[in-house]
Amino acid sequence: MSLQFSAEKLKKFNEIVARYPEGKQKSALLPVLHLAQEEFGNWLSPETMDYVASLLKIEPIEVYEVATFYSMYNLKPVGKYKFEVCQTGPCMLRGSDEIIDYIKKKLNINIGETTPDGLFTLKTVECLGACGYAPMMQLGKTYREHLTKEKVDAIINECRQNAAMNN
Amino acid sequence: MGRKLLLEKDGIEGIRFYDVYRREGGYRSVEKVLKSMTPDQVTDEVKKSGLRGRGGAGFPTGMKWSFIAKPEGVPRHLVCNADESEPGTFKDRYLMEFIPHLLIEGLIVSSYALGSNVTYIYIRGEYAWIIDILEQAITEAKNNGWLGKNILGSGFDCEIYVHRGAGAYICGEETALIESLEGKRGNPRIKPPFPAVKGAWDRPTVVNNVETLAAVVPIINISGEEYAKIGVGKSTGTKLISACGNINKSGVYEIDMTISVEEFIFSEEYCGGIANGKRLKACIPGGSSVPILPANLLLKTAKGDTRLMNYESLSDGGFAKGSMMGSGGFIVLDEDQCVVKNTYTFARFYRHESCGQCSPCREGTGWMEKILKNIDTGKGKMSDIDLLWDIQRKIEGNTICPLGDAAAWPVAAAIRHFRDEFEWHVKNPVECLNRNYGLANYAEPLQLATA
Repeated sequence: MSLQFSAEKLKKFNEIVARYPEGKQKSALLPVLHLAQEEFGNWLSPETMDYVASLLKIEPIEVYEVATFYSMYNLKPVGKYKFEVCQTGPCMLRGSDEIIDYIKKKLNINIGETTPDGLFTLKTVECLGACGYAPMMQLGKTYREHLTKEKVDAIINECRQNAAMNN
Repeated sequence: MGRKLLLEKDGIEGIRFYDVYRREGGYRSVEKVLKSMTPDQVTDEVKKSGLRGRGGAGFPTGMKWSFIAKPEGVPRHLVCNADESEPGTFKDRYLMEFIPHLLIEGLIVSSYALGSNVTYIYIRGEYAWIIDILEQAITEAKNNGWLGKNILGSGFDCEIYVHRGAGAYICGEETALIESLEGKRGNPRIKPPFPAVKGAWDRPTVVNNVETLAAVVPIINISGEEYAKIGVGKSTGTKLISACGNINKSGVYEIDMTISVEEFIFSEEYCGGIANGKRLKACIPGGSSVPILPANLLLKTAKGDTRLMNYESLSDGGFAKGSMMGSGGFIVLDEDQCVVKNTYTFARFYRHESCGQCSPCREGTGWMEKILKNIDTGKGKMSDIDLLWDIQRKIEGNTICPLGDAAAWPVAAAIRHFRDEFEWHVKNPVECLNRNYGLANYAEPLQLATA
């Protein structure tokens, strides 16, 4: 097995497993998959899932069936910045369709696609619990709310600058 | 101005942190129960309060607690349901984000009542930054002796852990949540056995919503009897309402369940009226699953009384002329909104969120989504409307968990109250792409409301 958590992540892994009853380490699967996704390129490759299975001493299929059920696990590579724009009723009432169209045009991609430079992925999602602050999107660990076209421009610029600084 | 119990301390500088929360009287309820009450006395207090589950079902919390089995030598668990995913609902997020210690305090008291030495908060994965806030609050509570072994010398041990979900509405259903906590797909279980007997890892488990568990703190502080005096009838205490859609002041409000729907929408204290000077068309008062009501049925009950923001009044008239309190996700539609489109987004939501176990839900939600999309985009047939009605009838009541009902009800109510709008889409396939149906015959009572 070539994949390996860093020492820091391994410590975190052990902390997570210790939260559940002895012998029930499979319970740690969801949080551990988040950890693995963070560590190994922001998606869950078959190798990553097999590694998680070996760590938790469960069958690989038990990992696959969970990874494919939940919407937050990426089963293929995504851009460095993933725009997850909510499109459910309350956001739609506040103009999320226009925001989605604007992002499509601005980045020249469709829903589910990634820009050729690998920077941006656009995804539509269902209700994220920010209905009062609509329209909104999730970007990494935080929400961007009360979106307007101007705000979308600013977010795209911010991402580009961050990417340039980190290169 | 209504009485505030949960958001009483909201807005105090630094209330998110332990020192300020404690200075403002936080954790008194833990002292009270550990020093002067037995676990059963705590449960009795919650029973007396009349508190009903704030996640949507409205089941009496004290009664739910009293069902927990206590087999010798088997650990029991309290699990806090923070999977808040019902469209229109964002109240639990507000509590956890801004007053996290209120939840932690409620969890310690409730864990004591139920005998849970290891308690979990199952939080939706998207609330990633809130997990940090909660974990910090837990660490602060532990460092100050409110968690861990032998709390306050009482002999009671308690640990709280946050379990991060990964994006699945169905995990708000308690047995799906338990499956997910065990590291599996969120497929609801057939009941019985109920979680109170066989829950997480086959141990007796109680699952309660965030707001429910936070409400235990004021109940202990002011007594169940005092809590029950607030509100009306079986709608005791206060309720958080997350208001959204086409209103001037979206946000989370605490109400005492005696105010009218009209006051809630139009008064400056709450929603501040319809945005952009528009008129009210319809409202979904308790999250996407509950029936949508046109304005003329919303403000008055079937009997002609003023409709109030509580469990009984909102459901007055049954599904023919009423709706439900649900989760308190209050979604307002103005005159420019399309009911067909809104219903379509909900159908798409439920298709996306169906776990796929039961065929009526797995297949039916997909069919409803497709048909609604067709009608919304001018490709519908008149017979589609009856077909939609037929499909939702065949989903309702025919699934393991309530997601099937939740998917059926919004479609049924939309057709029941807005059939003319569906028909207009079918008859005007081009025009419906360029303009909305508008207020039509729902307008008249609104002039009264806004006068």
